[in-house]
Formats: sequence, C-alpha cells, structure tokens
Amino acid sequence: MGSTNSTLIKIPNVEELMQETGFSTAHIIRLHDRFKELDKERRGYLCPRDFEAIKGLAINPIGDRIIGAFFSPGRETVDFYTFVRILAHFRPADNSRPKESSSPEPINSRTNKLKFVFQLYDLDKDGKISRIDLLKVLRGMLEMQVTEEQLDSIVDRTIQEADLDGDDAISFEEFRKSLEKVNIDHKMSIRFLR
Amino acid sequence: MESYLFPFDSLICMLLGISFTVWCTLLLVFIIVPAILGVSFGIRRLYMKSLLKLFEWATLRMERGAKEKNQHLYKPNSNGIIAKEPASLEQEIQELRRSGGGSEPEFDMSDIFYFCRKGVESIVDDEVTKRFSAEELESWNLLTRSNYNSQHISTRLTVLWGAGVLIRYGFLLPLRVTLAFTGVGLLVVLTSIIGLLPNGRTKNYLSEKVHLMCYRICVRALTAIITYHDSENKPKNGGICVANHTSPIDVIILASDGCYAMVGQVHGGLMGVIQKAMVKACPHIWFERSEVKDRHLVAKRLSDHVADESKLPILIFPEGTCINNTSVMMFKKGSFEIGCTVYPVAIKYDPRFGDAFWNSSTFGMVNYLLHMMSSWAIVCSVWYLPPMSRMEGEDAVQFANRVKAAIARKGGLADLLWDGGLKRGKVKEVFKEEQQKLYSKVLVGSGEDRSRS
Repeated sequence: MGSTNSTLIKIPNVEELMQETGFSTAHIIRLHDRFKELDKERRGYLCPRDFEAIKGLAINPIGDRIIGAFFSPGRETVDFYTFVRILAHFRPADNSRPKESSSPEPINSRTNKLKFVFQLYDLDKDGKISRIDLLKVLRGMLEMQVTEEQLDSIVDRTIQEADLDGDDAISFEEFRKSLEKVNIDHKMSIRFLR
Repeated sequence: MESYLFPFDSLICMLLGISFTVWCTLLLVFIIVPAILGVSFGIRRLYMKSLLKLFEWATLRMERGAKEKNQHLYKPNSNGIIAKEPASLEQEIQELRRSGGGSEPEFDMSDIFYFCRKGVESIVDDEVTKRFSAEELESWNLLTRSNYNSQHISTRLTVLWGAGVLIRYGFLLPLRVTLAFTGVGLLVVLTSIIGLLPNGRTKNYLSEKVHLMCYRICVRALTAIITYHDSENKPKNGGICVANHTSPIDVIILASDGCYAMVGQVHGGLMGVIQKAMVKACPHIWFERSEVKDRHLVAKRLSDHVADESKLPILIFPEGTCINNTSVMMFKKGSFEIGCTVYPVAIKYDPRFGDAFWNSSTFGMVNYLLHMMSSWAIVCSVWYLPPMSRMEGEDAVQFANRVKAAIARKGGLADLLWDGGLKRGKVKEVFKEEQQKLYSKVLVGSGEDRSRS
C-alpha cells in the first residue's frame, strides 16, 4: 500500500483506520474529499447542520434518525474517523478475510449492521424498541398518509409478532430473530467503486 | 561614474519606446480591429489545438511516472464514489419482504433498510451537492488548481508547468487585464455618447455596433474561444432568451454574438456606472433592490418590454444561480409566465482549459475574474435552439421543464429536478411527502390485498 500520496499524509493514523474499517486507500481519499465537501466552513468536523444540508437526506423520511446515528449521545460534532467508522457499517462483508477468533468483529458484520439499524428504531436508547419508539419512527415514515388508528394497529401487530418474552417491547435479540431470514448484507451494503 | 550610464540610458529608453510601439500595434491589429469588425484570424483556435496536445502529453507523462513507481494515478472519477441501485422504492421493499419469507405483512421491520441505505448513500455521494462544486477532470491541464497527483510529476513536467506559470501570469494576465479595461472603458464612453443622440434607427444601429464591439474585446480579454451552433435560431425582438448559468461570463459570451436587453439588479460602484451608461444607448431592465421582491412589478416590466417589438430580446438565466456546468437545475417559472416566445440557448464550457464555474461562496467576483484571466483559455460551445412557446393546457412550470429538458439534452448536461436555490436553502417539504406517499402506497396496497382474501 503506497502511502506516499500527499492527501493520505495529511490524515494522521490513517493506517489504523484502514485496518479497522477495511476501506482501501482510494476509498479513504474519496471519503476525505466528501468530508471536506460537506464541511463547508472548513472546521475539521461536521455538525448536524452540515448533514441537514444534504438534499437526499432531507427528503428521506428517517433522515433525522440517520443523522442522529452519527452523533453519539452528548456529542455535537463528528470528526473524520467517526464519519468513516460509521460508514464502514455499510461495506459489503468480505468473505475473503480470514476469520480469526481473537480479532474483534469487523464493523460491517451482520450483527453490527443490525445494531446500527436497531439504534435507528430505539429512539430513547434504552436497549429496547418500545411502542412509543416504533410509533415515532413510523410516523416519520408515513406522516400524513395514514390515520392514527392505522398507525396504532401497525405498531400493535409488529410488536405482537416480534415480541417473544411478552414485555411489550422488542429487544435486540428479538429484533435479530425477526430478521433472520433477511439478507442483511445485501440490503444494508453500499457498493463502493474501485 | 555617471558618464557610463548615459549611453545606456538612452539605449534603454529607445528600446522601451520601440517595444511599446510594437506592442501597441500588435494589440491593435490582431485584437482590437478584428473585434470591431467581427472577424477572426484564427489565432485563438490554433492556440487551443496546441494547448490540447500539450495537455495530452502532460497526462501521459504523469501516467508513465506513476507506472514506474508501480502506483495508480488518483483519477477523480466523475461518475461518483458508489454504484447506486436504480430500483424504485416499491421494487426494493417488495424484494425485502419476499426475502423475509413471511406472509404479506402490512409493515415489516426490514422496510427501514431501504430508507437507511438510501440515506447513507446520499451522505456519501449525492447528486445535488456535487453540482455545486467544481467538476473533476480526467487529464491535467497544467494548472495547480486541478492537480491531484503532485507526486507523479517529473522534472520535465515541473519545468513545463513553471514556464506555464510565467507565460500565464507574466504575459497573458497583463495583456488580458489591459484589454478588459479597454473594453469596459470603451463601452462606458461610447454608450454615453450615443445616449446623446435622438431616438431613432441610427441610434439603435450605432448602439448595436458599439455593444458588439465592446463585448468582443472583452471576449478576447478572456481568450474565450466560442463556437456558435445553429445561428439561424438566434433570438429575435419581442422574445425572451433563456440560458443555463455557469458564471457571470455567460453574459459576455452571449452578448458578443447578438444584442440583448439585460435584466438585473442595480448595483453600486463600477457595475453601477456600466449599467447607467448601457441604459442610455438602448433600453435594459434594471431593478432597484426593493422592486425585486415585487413579482407583479417584475412581470409587468418584462411583459411591457417584450410587447414592444422595437426593443431587443431579454436575456434571462432562470436557474437563478451558478451551477457547475454538469447539469441544468430547476428553472424558476417567472420568466415562463409572460407568455411570449422563448428562445432557449445551451452553453457548455470545455473543462479541459479552465474551470469557468463561479462558486460564489468560495470566491469573490474579483478573485474569480483573476482566476479566469490567468487560465489558459475559456473554450465553450453555444447552441441556439429553435424557439418554443407555451402550449395549450400547459402551465408555466411544465413549460419551464420542457425548455430545461431541451437545453440539457442539447448541451449534454444532466437534467435535474432539483432547485438551484438548494445551493443555499432547504429542501421543500413537498419532496419528503412524495417519499412518504410512495411508501404508504406499498403498505396500503398490501392491506387491500389482505382484505380481499
């Protein structure tokens, strides 16, 4: 891996980042360019406003949830590492990598992808998707298009189907179980070119 | 000691005098006179061809240099970072459901994957933000601004680049600045003189000639090499000319081939002086800042102007802001409501020679002009499209979109739905509602199936 590229030199700890996330040199450079593009005021970090300026995200019904996923609780800024680490969730799984039991699970494993989506649903971050959480997310996805009763019935039915231990909320394990037949890797991956 | 210097002194004076005279004569013969008469020696085209050969050579050298070091050239890929699935919302969600293997549920937890992925895709690479930053190039045009592979440059290339810098800043830039000043100065002075004449055919004729001449000098001041296509469709009196907007230079490019009435806000300073002078010779439409907000007033003034057959066609850029010349954004409908013939014009700049896009949030106007004048050249093509009018039953927005599609197609630009105002503003709620509607159809649709069974 040639690291004589001048852009790479500007990013400290880039080797570590590449190891951790599995992105190649070219990917990191592109993501860095994209980061700079989004960071219009050149502060070296991104804040929610920068994400809100992305038009594709603004029309996404769960856009604000996705933005929230970038900012860990209490933090108001996202630096380049966090940016890349979160995007690493969306890398397709590499089956070519040798599976060592001692190494930590890669960021783009099935479990980690599921964990990412789980936090999109779990608004109050209590480890469970409660009725209220689900209602809020569905309202974001549907807003004016369905009535309150329809929303309620959808929520009721979903929790009924997925809730196995009867606590009227969906834990991560129940979530994982309800999606065990879905090809997560395919649906939650973005094909990065070259 | 001093006696030594005298002969040198007079020699130097003589040399300076001669070179100055030669310089001025060359300027006059090769630039000013052709500008007045509207002919061209073809020098600029020759220049353009030689530059292209030079750039190709430079890129090859860089590639060779990269191969020797066994690395890849970082080729900015104008197609984007990621490959996006072209499937629609319905298709994707049905697929998600099917792979889940359950019976037809109304809502499934996996539906969120679609939105999640689309959202993150747009974080990584989105159509709109891309349009507001300068276009990336495949080859290197010897300007530092567009170089991503600085470690691959050999000594020969560096020398070439150095020579390029000298030529551009030492020779071309002063030349162009002098020309620019001449052009603008002549414009102000001559239009003021013409303004003294009584209104009539002579005045219009002279004003046309003067405007054309001064704009042509400005075109040479930028070393702009313009190819006009389909000139038989040039805008005529009583119409509105509509074009896509990349930089303030668009005005000069169009106005050097035909006479237009300009529309704009009254500015102070140098721009204000130019505006006042221009309006003396022929009627342009300048609005006070306060008047701009009043849409009815604006529409009325435009329609009045258009109704008068003796007045020149109005030049308008409906995108409202500068776009980076890879796409055409939503046209504001104001100019399409007036109900007269619209003459669309497509302008496409060749990015190999210099990026003409004005990113007003990064550069100021003066900075931008300096950039332009220190590039190699500005090469662009202008296509005059056949006139269009609003059809029966078509509203202003549909008409605007039709015109926009025609311009995009002709100029080889992407036709985008997005609003140019998105450069600065927020997305309208209506777009989010569209997504919500689509999703709810998928849910409600399957609900209907259930009730039937």
